[in-house]
Amino acid sequence: MRFRQWLSKDTATALYFLAPSLIGFSIFYLIPFGMGVMYSFQDANTDGSFAGFANYQQLFASASFNKAVNNTLWFTGISVPLILIISLVIAILLNHNVYIRNWLRTAYVMPLVVPVASIILVWQVLFDWNGTLNAILNSFGIDRIDWMKSEWARGVVIVVYIWKNIGYNIILFLAGLQNIPDDYYETADVEGAGTIRKFTNITLVYLLPTTIFVVLMSIVNSFKVFRETYLIAGSYPHDSLYMLQHYMNNMFLSLDIQKLTAAAVVTAGSILLLVSVLFAMERRFRNFMDG
Amino acid sequence: MKIAPMLIKQLKTLFLVTFALILLTPIVLTVTNSLMTEQEIRLNYDALGKTANAADQFANIKLIPDWVSLEQYGKVLIHTSTFLHMFWNSVLLVVPIIAGQAIVASLAAYAFAKLRFRGRDKLFLVYLLTMLMPFQVTLVPNYIVIDKLGLMNSNAAIILPGIFAAFGVFLLRQFMLNIPYSYIEAAKIDGASQARIFLSIIMPMVKPAFAALVILLFVDHWNMVEQPLIFLQDDLKQPLSVYLSKISADARGVAFAASVVYMMPMLLLFLYAERYFIEGIQLSGIKG
Repeated sequence: MRFRQWLSKDTATALYFLAPSLIGFSIFYLIPFGMGVMYSFQDANTDGSFAGFANYQQLFASASFNKAVNNTLWFTGISVPLILIISLVIAILLNHNVYIRNWLRTAYVMPLVVPVASIILVWQVLFDWNGTLNAILNSFGIDRIDWMKSEWARGVVIVVYIWKNIGYNIILFLAGLQNIPDDYYETADVEGAGTIRKFTNITLVYLLPTTIFVVLMSIVNSFKVFRETYLIAGSYPHDSLYMLQHYMNNMFLSLDIQKLTAAAVVTAGSILLLVSVLFAMERRFRNFMDG
Repeated sequence: MKIAPMLIKQLKTLFLVTFALILLTPIVLTVTNSLMTEQEIRLNYDALGKTANAADQFANIKLIPDWVSLEQYGKVLIHTSTFLHMFWNSVLLVVPIIAGQAIVASLAAYAFAKLRFRGRDKLFLVYLLTMLMPFQVTLVPNYIVIDKLGLMNSNAAIILPGIFAAFGVFLLRQFMLNIPYSYIEAAKIDGASQARIFLSIIMPMVKPAFAALVILLFVDHWNMVEQPLIFLQDDLKQPLSVYLSKISADARGVAFAASVVYMMPMLLLFLYAERYFIEGIQLSGIKG
């Protein structure tokens, strides 16, 4: 009875507090997304009659969509594990006893703060056909590589992605590491555990919730790599760089709304699936720790 | 025997410093190149964008200017009206987003963190999911909604979605969850209304999270590219982020100075409030 009264009263209050955000959020996010789902089931050639999954079938048969999906998966599959490992190593070292810790942390986070548009010139100088990297190769008698117009373009974007986002992961891992009580390691020391066992049985275990969040944000940020790719290579980059975002942008510009919204729904569904899996992992971890 | 721990400490520091210097190099290069004369820039980088194979045609990236000069800055800030116009465009887009989102998000975050109501967690999950989606996922419908509202090619097309985005709600909720409920209970016993509790108790305690939110929003929106490309067809309305990507190819002589001026608000804000920035990132990772 008391709880029901409480619930009823809070609901009314909550509506007042939520109203501004919920109205705007609905207008600019929820309703548009719902409209998008609706469009993806409409026929492009008539006045919007129901077309079932025809748009999706066309989408999956489209060569450029498949190229975009493959590139996006390839990029995410390489860059996320890579940034995960590098940032964890740095965070662990930084969490130990080292000199000038605060300066180092500032340096790692700096790339996150600097707008990519400001750094494009340097990347162009480094990776141009006549750029610095090719100058270095030339001095060793090696032929030039067309970094941005060959398969190597993936590597360039991976480097930019890691440079840009590694600070974020380092901060998160540092926070996670600092939340692990020292007692655990001291107990392990008393019991004769070595460095590797302490790492696998304590550090990795208690860092799991942080790791799950880092994985999620790294994947989300890898979707945002369009920003960097566009600034470096424009709307139609080399085939190996053509990501889902390029595909959707270009469908938009060519007014192919049905393919675009179908691709958007597929992307949203994939992210939803990913989030569900990661949340399930974290829930299982918590049950394990509480048990 | 005691030499070993200190040596290990030095080796770790050396490795970390090396990695830090690698990360900082693009930034340092941008700053030092902005202090070169236009003539030196042309000499160093005229080879860019060409397909010549001759050995002497390489770009010559340099860390130290031959002659230190403020020529580029003079040109960017005084002689070229376009740059300052675009800079102001960026400010006019970013500041309203930050102010608006801080207000709207704090109200919603309070509801999610401290009030009980049906469907709360499911609704918050919806917010969370939209935060994770790439911009392109709602591109077409956004376009249609904005067109119907008559906002196309106006700053409101960028500002309004920015104000109502989910990130601020997420971050502030994370922070408010850590405020003990006993503060609110005590205030209720004293007869305080929810509005009073929100304004007098929650908001003062949330100041660090606000600082973090302001910085993180600034970092994200100062850098925006996709939205202006779509919603601001008029080139004169574009923010610096889009403008710079064009100036890099056409006006290389002043592009480094332009990049530094564009970079500076971010760096100054970050260095001034780094603690809040770090705390903001940490907050975003706290369990909900």
